[in-house]
Amino acid sequence: MLEVSKLIQGDKRTTAKIISLIENEGEGKRELLSKIYPHTGNAHVIGITGSPGAGKSSLTDVLIKQARNNELKVGVIAVDPTSPISGGALLGDRIRMQEHALDKNVFIRSMGTRGCLGGLARATKDVVKVLDAYGCNIIIIETVGVGQSELDIMHYADTTLVVLTPGAGDHIQTIKAGIMEIADIFVINKSDLGNTKKIVTDIEQMLDMSPRYHGKWRPPVVETSTLTGLGIAELWSLMNQHLETSRASGELRVNLRERLKAEVMEMVEENLSKYLWDLFAQNGGIEQVLDDLADRKLDPYTEANRIFQKFFIERGNDNV
Amino acid sequence: MARRIRVLVAKPGLDGHDRGARVIARALRDAGMEVVYTGLHQTPEQIVEAAIQEDVDVVGLSILSGAHMTLFPRVCELLKQNGAEDIMVMGGGTIPEADVKALKEGGWAAELFTPGTTIETIVDWINANVKVD
Ligand code: B12
Ligand SMILES: Nc1nc2c(ncn2[C@@H]2O[C@H](COP(=O)(O)OP(=O)(O)OP(=O)(O)O)[C@@H](O)[C@H]2O)c(=O)[nH]1
Ligand SMILES: [Mg+2]
Repeated sequence: MLEVSKLIQGDKRTTAKIISLIENEGEGKRELLSKIYPHTGNAHVIGITGSPGAGKSSLTDVLIKQARNNELKVGVIAVDPTSPISGGALLGDRIRMQEHALDKNVFIRSMGTRGCLGGLARATKDVVKVLDAYGCNIIIIETVGVGQSELDIMHYADTTLVVLTPGAGDHIQTIKAGIMEIADIFVINKSDLGNTKKIVTDIEQMLDMSPRYHGKWRPPVVETSTLTGLGIAELWSLMNQHLETSRASGELRVNLRERLKAEVMEMVEENLSKYLWDLFAQNGGIEQVLDDLADRKLDPYTEANRIFQKFFIERGNDNV
Repeated sequence: MARRIRVLVAKPGLDGHDRGARVIARALRDAGMEVVYTGLHQTPEQIVEAAIQEDVDVVGLSILSGAHMTLFPRVCELLKQNGAEDIMVMGGGTIPEADVKALKEGGWAAELFTPGTTIETIVDWINANVKVD
């Protein structure tokens, strides 16, 4: 039996097993999470995104070190892509963080995306709660490095780092449109390779042109190197400044409310959808009308309205 | 959501032969498993911690250094000390026939695969012997 009390006490095995149950959509998932939820809300959640090989795992590793120097307990969720063909995944981010494996105050978990687009796994937001209740003061989420469709992170993280490298400078206006807008901090990693001037100028110009940042937090651009340690202390202090600023401005709470709205509605939709399909099954499903639709005797639009009327409006009062 | 077999592929000790471990890691991914790879030069302690945090079903050790007679038992002992002896330990590498027999009989490895074994054999064995609930 998985006990939430053992999670709260910081038992690693229990924590790992609870994460698996959530990932596998196991029985009792919601009941478990509802017991965990009251113990959450204490962690600063950091999202790290950026193109493959930009140095996300290496940055996570040096940030773990910063956090430990400040005596904070750290959780890491490292997401890698699940192969759409085999359903398997090679989870390799951990290689760069293994020196922390024996630290009692560091918990690292790798996850496959399991068919979820957007650079995260479906269970990511719930695993954040588990690590929060486990006692982590800071939780770092490393997204899949696909570069385009990984915008989900902005909904789950309090502070989002977008990692770029000097070589990426040429394309900044064109390919990175979406990802540029989710950054709370721009990290120009591998600055030891030189040539950072162009990309830094490009980003600053882009920010100058955008009216969105006037009077608000303007994403700072920080040059880092995980090899030499350059800029890491500055990045750490910017992350904390961002948290303080967004807490003071109320933005943190606005984001949290948005996140909770999406979460609650998602679960209601899940329930509704299951309820609907069950009702359908009891009523012979929609098999019978598919032929009529295919033969153009009925149209899908009228039929969808009819079904909604029949199952929700007419029966609504005694069923829902 | 279907339950997937989770495997930790690990290279303990100073052994730098990582080709086999990488081949196996990729092959298991292609067979539909979730494979955590922790890289070279891992201590048994690091391997066991990673296995627990990642909640894997199997730990696969790749050893081509000759140190298998100490490393397999050490990993098993540490798993036991951490209350995680239900995690299966198996592996492969250049392990002489007599040592394969000794490690299996001693309960230090569920199965061992030596050079030349086909990927298919290994995947089939894991699928047949690792139960996921
Ligand atoms: C290629 C090679 C190297 C390469 C390694 C490149 C790399 N990055 O991997 C280089 C040139 C660097 C190298 C160096 C050395 N090597 Co060398 N090397 C080999 C060689 C020729 C092939 C190994 C290989 O890659 N095979 C291909 C892979 C796919 O096969 P595999 O790893 O065996 O994996 C298969 C199975 O064993 C099993 N398996 C393996 N791991 C796992 C894990 C799991 C979970 C599972 C299920 C299965 C499994 O499944 C795989 C598929 O069948 C072997 C000889 C041999 N025939 O094995 C010697 C060999 C391993 N090397 C040897 C030695 C001595 C060395 C050196 C010490 C030489 C020296 N004096 O400098 C150095 C040490 C390097 C170090 N830091 O550890 C000896 C080891 C002797 C021993 N065990 O006591 C061998 C056996 C040669 C010999 N006959 O003497 N080597
Ligand atoms: N020169 C230099 N190389 C770096 C730096 N940071 C990381 N690297 C190297 O860049 C490569 C990729 O680093 P990772 O940290 O694995 O990058 P990642 O973004 O996590 O990669 P994926 O998870 O595969 O997308 C590795 O070879 C690192 O050693 C840096 O600051 N400078
Ligand atoms: Mg990575």
